[in-house]
Amino acid sequence: MTDLTLEGIELRKQDTGPPAIDVRKLTKRYGDLAAVDGVDFSVAQGEVFAFLGPNGAGKSTTIKMLCTLAHPTSGGARVAGFDVVSRAKAVRRHIGLVFQEQTLDDQLTAEENLRFHAVLYGVPHDQVGPRITRVMDLVALSDRRKDLVSTYSGGMARRLEIARGMLHTPKVLFLDEPTIGLDPQTRALMWEDVLRLRDEEGVTIFLTTHYMDEAEFADRIAIIDHGSIIALDSPSALKASVGKDTVALETTDDTTALDSLLSAGYTAERTEGGLTVFVADEEAAVGPIVAAVGVPVRTVRAHRPTLDDVFLHFTGREIREQHGEAIPMMARAHGARRS
Amino acid sequence: MTTLSGAQPTTGVDTPDTLLSDEIRVAGMVWERELIRYTRNRTRIVSGLMQPVLFLFVLGYGMSGLVGTTGGFNFRQFVFPGVVAMSVVMTAIFSAISIVWDREFGFLREMLVAPVSRTALVLGKTAGGASVAAVQGTIMLVLAPLVGVHLTPLLVVEVIGLELLMAVAMTAFGVFVASRIQRMEAFQVVMQMLLMPMLFLSGALFPLNGLPAWLAVITRINPLTYAVDPLRRVVFAAQNMSPAARARFPTGITMFGHTLPITVELALVVVFALAFFVLAIWGLSRTE
Ligand SMILES: Nc1ncnc2c1ncn2[C@@H]1O[C@H](COP(=O)(O)OP(=O)(O)OP(=O)(O)O)[C@@H](O)[C@H]1O
Ligand SMILES: [Mg+2]
Repeated sequence: MTDLTLEGIELRKQDTGPPAIDVRKLTKRYGDLAAVDGVDFSVAQGEVFAFLGPNGAGKSTTIKMLCTLAHPTSGGARVAGFDVVSRAKAVRRHIGLVFQEQTLDDQLTAEENLRFHAVLYGVPHDQVGPRITRVMDLVALSDRRKDLVSTYSGGMARRLEIARGMLHTPKVLFLDEPTIGLDPQTRALMWEDVLRLRDEEGVTIFLTTHYMDEAEFADRIAIIDHGSIIALDSPSALKASVGKDTVALETTDDTTALDSLLSAGYTAERTEGGLTVFVADEEAAVGPIVAAVGVPVRTVRAHRPTLDDVFLHFTGREIREQHGEAIPMMARAHGARRS
Repeated sequence: MTTLSGAQPTTGVDTPDTLLSDEIRVAGMVWERELIRYTRNRTRIVSGLMQPVLFLFVLGYGMSGLVGTTGGFNFRQFVFPGVVAMSVVMTAIFSAISIVWDREFGFLREMLVAPVSRTALVLGKTAGGASVAAVQGTIMLVLAPLVGVHLTPLLVVEVIGLELLMAVAMTAFGVFVASRIQRMEAFQVVMQMLLMPMLFLSGALFPLNGLPAWLAVITRINPLTYAVDPLRRVVFAAQNMSPAARARFPTGITMFGHTLPITVELALVVVFALAFFVLAIWGLSRTE
């Protein structure tokens, strides 16, 4: 395993064998614009890997190159063991693909859509039926199997697409913004589906998303901005890299409180309108801190770094430099629906 | 590309790139989808029949008054094969349009990213459109007795065969046009500008003799001309037509003073069909 460990990339322990996706200096230029700019990463078999980035960061362009729909300007990649340029057809046969836009025929039933796909991907005759049953079960749509897709809700259609992407037992499943435009419950269902797929079929999952909270489900996250990966690690490691948990206090006498905390061994500082204490685990620390300050406490706010903080930390600076503005990333992401 | 991380992939074993049987299976599935969509869309079947029926009766009765009856043969009988051709052509083009819908609704992408050849996709699409169009054209035969056209079993077989040939050529033509067009409105504009002149200048609705030279040239370039005339020839051959009626409603296409034999006409349609087929594959390969 050790020979496959790259800078900042640690493969999951249980994995054996070569990476499912191996990307080296992958670059795509459109004229002067480097949509993807020398990206390097590697995804282990069975891993759930998320690409997180603002609009135009290069997420879809990366997926297109990995799926052989776009030619890299330079650099290269292997997917499921095949070179994306020289073995494009082999790559396509071993990947499942769910596009950012819906690609179902809504005049056909779910089953007919799946059967069509099975034939396109050369699923052997005798396996078509069982595979359809299996993937429809995986996304919990078995009872709607014979229904026209036009009668499906947006979330159901999306899950059907994921099922279809899995139909030909791909080694790697690419999901470009799989949960875009879905309500929270449906997003949660979708994530159950995705994780179940990984656990039961052992597929490697590469997805892009705008939603911070769902990137948490991934084993590792790459944050991409302006075509470059600016951070890549597990969600918890990323959060830890941004800073510690904090507990913010307002007391009747902040000076006395700070002294008490410092002498009690806490790391703390005065901030505007109160005190901030740096701790390892905010939840466990609140009680002891309140007990230790020795003066009446007015307010307590505990905070643990989130992926939003991570995102702002890594991209915020960059964005301010380039555009002279500091729009919170979530606001940008929300303005980006259906681009 | 240079070696990546030196790891030898376990997944590097791959089946041969393309199997002919797989390609045929894909074409068959694309064909089946066309049929499913056709049978599921009753309004399409009915509306596809409405226009030719309208032409047959409205134009048929309207013109009959003007043209009159010669030896027991009238304009409705003359126009009947043309109207059958018209319904085949319209249905074929309508099937091809679905590629533009497929593009708008994303399904085209699902087909284009699959590890299959464009040829298999175009073959299935063309076969599907042609089947549907031939069915639609054959339904029109039900009207034959109403306008005094006599049907024999042999004639029905001949007509279906000619319908299929015409439908293949026109579906391939439509797929080619559709593959180069991104939006539905654009397709409709292009088709109005192409399809209507093609239909009117094919001899489907009036005889092509006695046209001014420049129009005559256009009709001879029009692929449909060579598909409509054989249909009319076989239909007329099965009718009891007097020599006077034959002179009044002639068949055959003259070129440089010679009348083309039906085999040459059919060969030309085959050539057009193949050319459109190749163009359609080329057109689809350039997408994405
Ligand atoms: N075909 C193209 N021609 C020219 N520029 C392109 C093309 N495709 C993408 N780009 C540009 O490349 C950059 C990256 O686009 P990409 O679609 O990969 O972004 P993304 O991260 O998927 O964004 P989103 O979240 O909006 O889907 C953008 O600046 C985009 O304008
Ligand atoms: Mg995108």
